[in-house]
Amino acid sequence: MASLALPTRKDEAFRYADLAALETLWPLAVQEIHVPAGASDALAITAQSDQAEAREIAITLEDGASFDLRVLNAGGGYGRIAVTAVLGKGASFHFGAAQLGGAAQTLEIVTEVRHMAPDAVSRQVVRSVLGGHAVGTYLGRVHVARGAIGTDGEQSIRAMLLERTATANARPELEIYADDVKCAHGCAVGELDPQGLFYLQSRGLPPAEAKKLMLHAFIAEAFVGAPEGDALTEAALAALDGLL
Amino acid sequence: MLTINDLHATVAEKPILKGLSLTVNAGEIHAIMGPNGAGKSTLGYTLGGRPGYEVTGGSVDFEGQDLLTLEPHERAAAGLFLGFQYPVEIPGVSNLQFLREALNAQRKVHGLEPLSGAAFIKLAKEQAGLLRFDMDMLKRPVNVGFSGGEKKRAEMVQMGILAPKLAILDETDSGLDIDALRICGEGINAIMRKPDKAVLLITHYQRLLDYVKPDFVHVLAGGRIVKSGGPELALQLENEGYEAVAA
Repeated sequence: MASLALPTRKDEAFRYADLAALETLWPLAVQEIHVPAGASDALAITAQSDQAEAREIAITLEDGASFDLRVLNAGGGYGRIAVTAVLGKGASFHFGAAQLGGAAQTLEIVTEVRHMAPDAVSRQVVRSVLGGHAVGTYLGRVHVARGAIGTDGEQSIRAMLLERTATANARPELEIYADDVKCAHGCAVGELDPQGLFYLQSRGLPPAEAKKLMLHAFIAEAFVGAPEGDALTEAALAALDGLL
Repeated sequence: MLTINDLHATVAEKPILKGLSLTVNAGEIHAIMGPNGAGKSTLGYTLGGRPGYEVTGGSVDFEGQDLLTLEPHERAAAGLFLGFQYPVEIPGVSNLQFLREALNAQRKVHGLEPLSGAAFIKLAKEQAGLLRFDMDMLKRPVNVGFSGGEKKRAEMVQMGILAPKLAILDETDSGLDIDALRICGEGINAIMRKPDKAVLLITHYQRLLDYVKPDFVHVLAGGRIVKSGGPELALQLENEGYEAVAA
C-alpha cells in the first residue's frame, strides 16, 4: 500500500488530502494486523495530537476471524487514517470512526474492505463534525470478489456541518463481482436542527451546551458496542468543546 | 412581573405584533385568546427569543430586566418558561439527561451547586407523578415517538422540574383528549398557581379555562390586545365569537 513516491491529487485515495502536510510524514509505515482463523481482536485509535498525523493500517482476517476497529480522528492538524481490511470466509470486520475538526483542518478516513471469500460481514459507521473551514472526507470502497457469495457489507456515513464554511466529502463505493450479496450504504450531510437547538436553549441550556447535547448521540453512534465506547465518546465530546 | 409596552415584531419582515401592551403581576393567570393569525404564537416566540422573530419596537420588562436583550437560555434562567404548541423531537437525547443539564445550567447562573443525580431523579419523579407521566418515558429521547397528549404532558413535567416564575403556555390544550386536558390543567394549577408566579395562557378555547381559571382574559387581534376583561369574557367569546366581541 505504501510507496516511496508522494501521491498526487490524481490518486483517488489522496484526492482531498493535505499534500503539504503529508509530505512531512512521507513515506508512511504500514501498521499490519493479522487475525488468525477463528480469533477475535480489537483496537481503538485516538488521534488527538496537535501535529499532522497519517496512519496506514492493513488488516488481514483469516477465516472466521473478527476484528473491531474504532477511530477518533480529532487531532489539531491534518489527520488521515487509511485502512485496508481483507476478509476471509465468514470473517467479521467492524469499523467505527468519528472525526471532529475546525479551522482550516483536513481530516480524512479512507477504507478499502475486501470480501475475498463467502459469508464475511463488514460494518462501517463514520460520523464527522466539522466547523470553520475544515474539510472532512470519507472515501470507502467495499470490494466483493468473484465467488464471495453471502457477503454482507454495510456503510453508514454521516456528517454534520457546524458552519456553512466547512466541507464534507463522502464517497461510499461498492465493487461487486459476486451474486447473492447484501451490500448497503447510506450517506448524509446536514446541519443541526435549529428548532431543536432553540427548544433546548429555551429550557436554559447555553448554545454550546445545547449543540453538544445534540451532537453527543450523533458521535456515539460510531462507538456503540465497542469495549472503550464510552471513553471514546467522552474524548470526542472533549474535542468538541474546541469547536463550539 | 411582566410589562409589555407597545411591542412590535416581524416574522420574515412581515409585521405581526403591532403595538401590543400587557401587564402581568405575580399571582395572576392571564388568558390570551384570539382568532387564527392574530399573533398569539408570535407573542410567545418573541418573548421566548426565538431566532427569526424580530422586535422592531417597544419594550418588555421581566422582573426588572430588559427581557429583549437576553438570549433564550438567559430568559429561561431569569425564570421564563415557554410551553410549545408543537414540542420539538430531539433524537438520541434523553429527557432526563436534557432536563438535568438544563436545570443545572439555570442553577449555575444563580450561583447554586448542581443538583446530584439522586436529588434530580427524586424531583423528576415528583413532577412526573403530578402529571401522571411514566418515568420510563422520561428515559426516552425528548418527545420522540410521543403522542400529541404525551408531548404536552411532558412539557408540563419540564415546567414542574424547572420551576419558572412565569410560564407562557402556547395552546397547551391542543391535541389533548378530555382526561389529558384535565391532568394538564391540574398540573398547571399545582405548579404555577402561587403568589410569586404567573401564567400567560394562550388558547383558542374556553375548555382549558374550566380547569385553569384565569384572572384576566384578553382578546388578541391584528397584533394588538383589543379587549380585556375577567373570566366572563372567555365565555362571551365562546358564545358570540371573536368578530362580534372584538369589533
